[in-house]
Amino acid sequence: MELALSVILVLMILGALFAIHAKDLLSAVISCSIVGYGLVICFLLLKAPDLAIVQIVVETITLVIMVAVVLDSTRQEPFTKPDPHDYVAIATTLLVIVSVFFFFKAATGSLDPFGEGTMRMAKHYIEGAAEKTGSANLVTGVIFDFRGYDTLGEATVLVTAVLGVLTILRIRGKK
Amino acid sequence: MKGMTVIVKKTTQLIAGIVFLYGIYIIVHGHLTPGGGFAGGVIVAGSFILLILAYGSNFMHLTREETGSTITENLGILLALMIALAGMITGIKVFFLNWLPHGTVGELVSAGVIPLYNIFVGMEVAASILTIFLALLIFKEEVTKW
Repeated sequence: MELALSVILVLMILGALFAIHAKDLLSAVISCSIVGYGLVICFLLLKAPDLAIVQIVVETITLVIMVAVVLDSTRQEPFTKPDPHDYVAIATTLLVIVSVFFFFKAATGSLDPFGEGTMRMAKHYIEGAAEKTGSANLVTGVIFDFRGYDTLGEATVLVTAVLGVLTILRIRGKK
Repeated sequence: MKGMTVIVKKTTQLIAGIVFLYGIYIIVHGHLTPGGGFAGGVIVAGSFILLILAYGSNFMHLTREETGSTITENLGILLALMIALAGMITGIKVFFLNWLPHGTVGELVSAGVIPLYNIFVGMEVAASILTIFLALLIFKEEVTKW
């Protein structure tokens, strides 16, 4: 597991570095999303599937909106014939896609089957939660008391998404 | 960016305050009724976005607003983390300890620190959504201007 985690982390760092130095805004946006989807696999490897779901939703929405804005405003697509440089780019893309799918398969295989092994925890959450947390709403009691660490991660996911948007969408800094 | 027609402006004028108050209500009653910081924060951000879309704004105002919302966002997540860390200092040393007195179940001021978490997370979520919206809007304005 440590090996898979280190490979994914190296991929994420490379994606972030490319996002800062890319000339083209669209490739910067897409390579920034490597960081987000790599983080999904990190969360799955570290046995936090609900955090991974939040991360994948926030990352997909941000990516779609940012690609739409960039395509709408700045994109001029000069049509060129494919040269050897393009084949290197296509090969790198395929390599990244295959490795991400491989690690995703490995990460989901390491989780418990859905619906089993969780009822033991849930029973303790439901029994006497109002007395333990003082909150009449059980869901809020669970997410801010029993699983507060998880909620901190979910709030941090939003902060990292905002950081990515603010870093990428700067045309003045690029010139 | 330019505003919309007078019909949209008038409707927004009537609605935006109520939407904002409803978001605040959802955040503050998060430990009693369904909802909480995440849902209420999105509603509060929605009222701001509604106002900006309907009335339009100029570039200077947008950048000033973006600075403010970025500061609010970071302050919200920092304060939530500070409350979580305060559990490490008081009593038995547990991260995310509910260290305030719980009170009676079902009252507005009860449940220890859970309402405080709701308020700060709501602050953070509202400011995050608004910051993303403003960043996209400022980007669009910059592209059309340059």
